[in-house]
Amino acid sequence: MAVIEIENVTKIYQMGETTVAALRGVSLQVEKGEMVSIMGPSGSGKSTLMNIIGCLDQPTEGVYRLDNVDVSKMNDDELADIRNKKIGFVFQSFNLLPRTAALAQVELPMIYAGAPDRRKRALDALQQVGLGDRVHHRPNELSGGQQQRVAIARALVNHPAIMLADEPTGNLDSVSGEDIMNIFKRLNREQGMTVILVTHDPDVAAHAARVIHVKDGKVTV
Amino acid sequence: MNLFESFRIALQNLSANKLRSGLTMLGVIIGVGAVIALVSIGRGAQEAITNQIQSVGTNLLYVRPGAANQNGVRGQEGSAGTLTLEDAAALQDVNGIVGVAPEIDSFAQLVAGGNNTNARLVGATSEFQDVRDFFPSSGEFINSGNVTARSTVACLGSAVAAELFPDEDPIGQSIRINNVPFRVQCVMESKGGTGFLSQDGQVIVPLTTAQTRLANAGRFRGSSNINVINLKIADLSQSDAITQQVGDILRERHRVAQDDFTVQSQQDVLSAATAVTDTLTMFLGGVAAISLLVGGIGIMNIMLVSVTERTREIGIRKAVGAKRRDILMQFLTEATVLSVLGGVIGILLGWGIALAMGSFQFGATQVKPTVDLSAVALAVIFSIAVGLFFGIYPAARAGSLRPIEALRYE
Repeated sequence: MAVIEIENVTKIYQMGETTVAALRGVSLQVEKGEMVSIMGPSGSGKSTLMNIIGCLDQPTEGVYRLDNVDVSKMNDDELADIRNKKIGFVFQSFNLLPRTAALAQVELPMIYAGAPDRRKRALDALQQVGLGDRVHHRPNELSGGQQQRVAIARALVNHPAIMLADEPTGNLDSVSGEDIMNIFKRLNREQGMTVILVTHDPDVAAHAARVIHVKDGKVTV
Repeated sequence: MNLFESFRIALQNLSANKLRSGLTMLGVIIGVGAVIALVSIGRGAQEAITNQIQSVGTNLLYVRPGAANQNGVRGQEGSAGTLTLEDAAALQDVNGIVGVAPEIDSFAQLVAGGNNTNARLVGATSEFQDVRDFFPSSGEFINSGNVTARSTVACLGSAVAAELFPDEDPIGQSIRINNVPFRVQCVMESKGGTGFLSQDGQVIVPLTTAQTRLANAGRFRGSSNINVINLKIADLSQSDAITQQVGDILRERHRVAQDDFTVQSQQDVLSAATAVTDTLTMFLGGVAAISLLVGGIGIMNIMLVSVTERTREIGIRKAVGAKRRDILMQFLTEATVLSVLGGVIGILLGWGIALAMGSFQFGATQVKPTVDLSAVALAVIFSIAVGLFFGIYPAARAGSLRPIEALRYE
């Protein structure tokens, strides 16, 4: 069953007088429980595609169904809700809240979801990424790899349909990068979590079972 | 996200930046504190003046000579010598008037032994004490015999007595008023109040003695002038009708068409004074309100800086599911917490200032600042309003940030 269905999506940016077509008719599908990489050089439209998949942006034309719901015509608040419930983000620069303990970071999506048992679920999520003993540490007291693991815990705590990781190892040394990739693989294997890796690094992309190449606003494979 | 969550997050963010939050609040603290303190001073002044006026009694009418209008030159009210003792006698029979006390006023230098003081000199008749509701605390008030005989006896106001005879009983002592020797016959009860309006700073002598020996009373229509006729009326509600009758009688006696006198009730004096102090209070409060407004602009300024500074945080929150309303609420709550907290501290500060001042001399009046609960309520409402008003724009700006751009913001 496909969790992501993208049909002929285009994205055109208006930059003053000129228009820039970042995506020119992209179609792709990702099955539930798959681990795929989206690869492409910078300027390829890879980031635009990721923003659309992550419901941070909307296609100019075309249809995007996430978990069988057409999200391509939703308004901002509906999209916020989708991001909250269906998508877990992991960013290159971690994007944790400053001066906030790990536990509170992980509780954040549940606060906006109005979910009960926040503390217990946040502790569980931190346990899953191996940070059970660091729950009261703030970002500046954690290493890069640990910060990224907090971000992963935050991404998985609301049981999203997809986990979307944008260059998750880009700011990490190779050892911690390997750790992070192992966590993704484990989540994918043990919990059937759908993982989408966006990267330009072939070594990272190689962790995925399938690689989708993007070039000049199109999927080339 | 509920209100409690936004409140918690607001407190967290504010305490993460304590110095900045404190300085921002300072604007509101000073504004609200100034409103409370200054309005309290205004209210205190109002109370002081009202008390002084009311200590004289409220069921009184005063008849004063009108303006002098000689050869087309109009003088100030009270400058004409048109009221006489006979006028006073003629008002005795008006229905509703229960007492008539003619009075002349002057100032006098008092000397007793090595002490001296200045006091308001009042020439009065024996009716004065009943009409003004003002009795001796010791000794006997001026009687009609004293008036007829033009006796050189005096009744001292309590403050004057304390000034001249700090250590001894004044009764029977001799004093000099404008260099004329008098014997102290009584000391009046203390009416409280200070300054020009105080009755404790008077010295009372028989009217006739004052006319012949002390005051420079001119002659008018074959009789000595008087400055005031005090009328005590039985019922305050009749004061308009009695004022009318008094007017008729005096116009008839003076054979004038245009009034050469003024009838004023104690109520008129009170409302005139209250109007003045109300204006004073509003003026003080208004000046203070401007500083509160400036404090509000400070909040807006800091909130705008804060939104820019925390753009990335807003992006993160939106990425994990915060709606526009959640972000707006969060920043609005922060602004309101700042202003309300500032308001509460400001109230305590203003209250503290009002209490610390205790009471102070304002001109000739002793003022004790009174904290007005309505001013406190107003300050609270106003500071909430300031927070909402100046917080809404930065908060709306934060709420409408687009997540991709906010996340990309460095």
